[in-house]
Amino acid sequence: MVTLTRIPFAAALGLVFTLLFVFVAIFAPLIAPYPLSEIVGDVWEPMSSTHLLGTDNLGRDLLSRMIFGARTTIFIAVMATAVSFITGSVLGFTAAVVGGWFDTIMSRFVDLLMSIPTLIFGLVVLSVLPSTILTLVLVMGILDSTRVYRLSRAVAVDINVMDFVEAAKLRGERMGWIIFREILPNALSPLVSELGLRFIYAVLFLSALSFLGLGVQPPEADWGGMVKENKEGIVFGIPAALIPAAAIAVLAISVNLVADWVLNRTTSLKGGRG
Amino acid sequence: MGSSIASLIAQRIALGVLLLLAVSVLIFVGTQILPGDVAQSILGNQATPQALANLREELGLNDPAIVRYFAWLGGVVTGDLGTALTTRQDIATTLMPRLWNTLFLAFWAAVVSVPLAIILGLLAVRYRNGPIDKAISGFALASTSLPEFFVGYLLIFFVAVKLQWFPSISTVYDGMPLLTKLQAIVLPATVLVLVVLAHMMRMTRAAILNVMQSAYIETAELKGLSAFDIIRKHAFPNAIAPIVNVVMLNLAFLVVGVVVVEVIFVYPGLGQYLVDHVAKRDVPVVQAVGLIFAAVYISLNIIADITAILANPRLRHPK
Amino acid sequence: MARTQAKPTTDGPLLQIRNLRIEATVYPPGEAPHDITIVDDVSLKLEKGKVLGLIGESGAGKSTIGLSAMGYGRGGVRITGGEVILNGRDILKGGLGGLRRLRGREVCYVAQSAAAAFNPAHKLMDQVVEAALLHGTASRAEAEKRAINLFRKLSLPNPETIGERYPHQVSGGQLQRVMTAMALCPEPDLIVFDEPTTALDVTTQIDVLAAIKDAIQDTGVAALYITHDLAVVAQVSDEIMVLRNGKLVEWGDTQQIITEPRREYTNQLVSVHQIAHQEKEAVGAPLLKVENVTAAYGGGMVDVLKNVSVEIRPGQTLAVVGESGSGKSTLARAITGLLPPRQGSITFDDRELPARLASRTRDDLRELQMIYQMADVAMNPRQTVGTIIGRPLEFYFGMRGAERDKRVGELLEEIEMGSGFLDRYPAELSGGQKQRVCIARALAAKPKLIICDEVTSALDPLVANGILKLLLNLQEIEHVAYLFITHDLATVKSIADSIAVMYRGEVVRYGPKSEVLAPPFDDYTDLLLSSVPEMEVGWLEKAIAGRKMESAGN
Repeated sequence: MVTLTRIPFAAALGLVFTLLFVFVAIFAPLIAPYPLSEIVGDVWEPMSSTHLLGTDNLGRDLLSRMIFGARTTIFIAVMATAVSFITGSVLGFTAAVVGGWFDTIMSRFVDLLMSIPTLIFGLVVLSVLPSTILTLVLVMGILDSTRVYRLSRAVAVDINVMDFVEAAKLRGERMGWIIFREILPNALSPLVSELGLRFIYAVLFLSALSFLGLGVQPPEADWGGMVKENKEGIVFGIPAALIPAAAIAVLAISVNLVADWVLNRTTSLKGGRG
Repeated sequence: MGSSIASLIAQRIALGVLLLLAVSVLIFVGTQILPGDVAQSILGNQATPQALANLREELGLNDPAIVRYFAWLGGVVTGDLGTALTTRQDIATTLMPRLWNTLFLAFWAAVVSVPLAIILGLLAVRYRNGPIDKAISGFALASTSLPEFFVGYLLIFFVAVKLQWFPSISTVYDGMPLLTKLQAIVLPATVLVLVVLAHMMRMTRAAILNVMQSAYIETAELKGLSAFDIIRKHAFPNAIAPIVNVVMLNLAFLVVGVVVVEVIFVYPGLGQYLVDHVAKRDVPVVQAVGLIFAAVYISLNIIADITAILANPRLRHPK
Repeated sequence: MARTQAKPTTDGPLLQIRNLRIEATVYPPGEAPHDITIVDDVSLKLEKGKVLGLIGESGAGKSTIGLSAMGYGRGGVRITGGEVILNGRDILKGGLGGLRRLRGREVCYVAQSAAAAFNPAHKLMDQVVEAALLHGTASRAEAEKRAINLFRKLSLPNPETIGERYPHQVSGGQLQRVMTAMALCPEPDLIVFDEPTTALDVTTQIDVLAAIKDAIQDTGVAALYITHDLAVVAQVSDEIMVLRNGKLVEWGDTQQIITEPRREYTNQLVSVHQIAHQEKEAVGAPLLKVENVTAAYGGGMVDVLKNVSVEIRPGQTLAVVGESGSGKSTLARAITGLLPPRQGSITFDDRELPARLASRTRDDLRELQMIYQMADVAMNPRQTVGTIIGRPLEFYFGMRGAERDKRVGELLEEIEMGSGFLDRYPAELSGGQKQRVCIARALAAKPKLIICDEVTSALDPLVANGILKLLLNLQEIEHVAYLFITHDLATVKSIADSIAVMYRGEVVRYGPKSEVLAPPFDDYTDLLLSSVPEMEVGWLEKAIAGRKMESAGN
């Protein structure tokens, strides 16, 4: 069993920050000192005791917006990751175990989707779809599910040809047992660390879209959108845009540190098995 | 002997062309047949029925989808990318200088990042598990998590605004002297380099390590070859294909990274052109630019595959 | 590049290793990294032109000792004590530059897998002459001439042109001989042979072995010959050193080691293949009847099994023998239903089995169990021994809870392990224990027939012997029949009641053991039987002289 003391410093740091962000996102209305859209001061006020992070391009409290932004960013990214993971892994496992035409058609289609860069394809689709949160979640989730599909299919194909799976088939076990009891426990570790990476990717993708003005639309605010709102200030030496950008970076690095640790832990387990 | 290689390469190129056709269908379908009326979404809810009808007529929305697709594809093949809805300008003529600007930026970013990544990757392998290796992988981990605009605005804030070394906006125009032009793209190119460097380095390191752990490297060592000769004669010929693969994949990365970087630095390239017209819902422009990005991406992947075919002794010298 | 300084020489022994100690740091999961000793206080001496065999099971440290003669530690292994004196000087004191000058010049190395040891990107000739050119012992033309002569001496086909080929264009047995030529080309004083024939088929092994032996005699080079097979090493070496867990067990003259071993462990190694097994008479109706089965992969053009017919009586063992590509494993897949045959029928316990696995009844599946070669991939690493053995009980007999655990305990007793292993994971078991758990899993189903696919080939000889004895005991108790697939004729003699010899998808000889193993032989069976090394000095020469047919792996 893994005890807390065994977690390396970097991973522990990542874990603390990740949990902090999640906490802030969940309890945003209770923590934020001001409402999301209320103008409470001058444009781009510097940091002060009343406005810890200063105010934004319209004079709204930046800290409050950051807190609400955490909620929007994390919520959409989590939803998109969930969509991509569920579609990708279910289809990937099925393709690996069923094989045949289902596998061929799915895999070729995924190849096709992956031959267009995700951001470009996202932009193309968003040029005709309305920018609602639902569209964002679906577009991001489906585009990203191609990667999850590839990984889970590859992992499952590797496990599916191993003798213990053949032994189960020879015993007469049903598909359910083979997928959930033989393959899944062995595929879990690479998938869990991939989950972290997909989440980071979703955060970065969403932020990029919002930064380009094609993601979350005002008056809602996510961190990428806040960078866009405040970017004009940069040339006047006002660092307001850097704060949401840094928050994205910190969140992504934290999750990455945790995912990296999970990945290392599983590879060393494999070594022990071999 | 050569013919089987040639046919493999021909196959790969044919497959690429096929893929590009499929992509064109996908882009077309994605922009035309998705739920909602394109004309409506372009003009918004307040549009008069007359305006809607006119736009539909102009877009050819009254024709069946297949007819529209082939009309569009025929245009693309002959170099006619259509007319922009918002500006009424010919897309091909507006797009060409922007394409060159984008390629110019991507080219210089590649010129810096590719050798740098390979050298750093080699260093990481040479001093494996040492402090250099650890620092490199730490940097790699961090930089894959940083959004482009964070690096971009950080550079603008400190280097352009505070230190005033380089302009914060990268303006380039025709007939600009090369040196001035290069100076203008220093910051965006730096951001691009930082974005792809980590990935490329990590993958180069993995590719070389993979080769260095082969049994034939041990054979060479047991013949008494020096470390340098082992790398030059035995590791390098086998590492070319994976390294080229890494480079191509990351150039493809770079081409995509360009979109955000161009917006940050207000650089007059293809990426910004795309983003502007997505916001304006100018479908013909989006289709054309999307297809060009996809074509570049697919071509880079084909080059990677062809290098792998050429570098594989099993394919070069069949039984 | 050429360094043409004179090679050091000596009047004393060529190689002398004194009190060698080799350590490595291991990183076990969930534990702090620590040092382990791989070789502990081993000394040896080798005269010019002599061959010393190093023998032992896996983990004996024999390869590590062999490589220490070149000052090389594989995978982070460190030489921490002792002296390695080659040509009169301690090579461990010469630094890396000194080691580079002797590697490929005074000492050369032949690896177990030549296929992996050759660089796929270069022609064979370039790699064969590389060391000679590097050390300046010959000009390019001389070295190539020497190489061609060596190719001829090693009976490689087309010695003039084989050097123009790339490694993947040459078969495994040939590649192994090219590697020997590569080691001989710089005319070294010593060659380290590291299991050079282990990866080869038995009929190919004998050719490579003979070629190596001739080349050693003709060139007068000394050799360290490392292997786990005592019969093989007895053919080539003057002296044999037996190692176990990094320590010396016994060192002596070849004849003495194989005829009058002084240590118990050596004695076990020498007598490992001697299990007395009385052939049972073929009575009663056959349990399994395979009739005219023809099968191909992927609905393909080439039949891997051609018109195969065999039978097994209840409680008896049919051994199916053949080399790689003979179709013996395909036969197992056809019987289990994993690869439905194209033609022919399979009758089991008086009922015809449906060709496809999916159409078989649960009883069909239960009564026909299978054990695999690689026990560690045949068990789900995420399940405990209790779950692994308990699942068939649950699945076929609906046993649950205490009843099931009790039966699992009994089965663990039967395989001589005991219920203490109930909560262990496969990773915590040794190779032999893993295979025993697989046997228990098969037995749990109360089968009438167990297919054993090369179940002992991945194990060390003594461990394999234990497994064979266990299988024979269990047959007595449970009256279960075995279909025993193997490439190893010694195993067949120990366990079979009847034998089917397979060659290129066909059964070429089939009958009771006593008849199959008695002359007159067909050509292939003769080749196969005569290729199995025997623990006898001079066997190799007799075998080569008496053969009727060339081996296929050439």
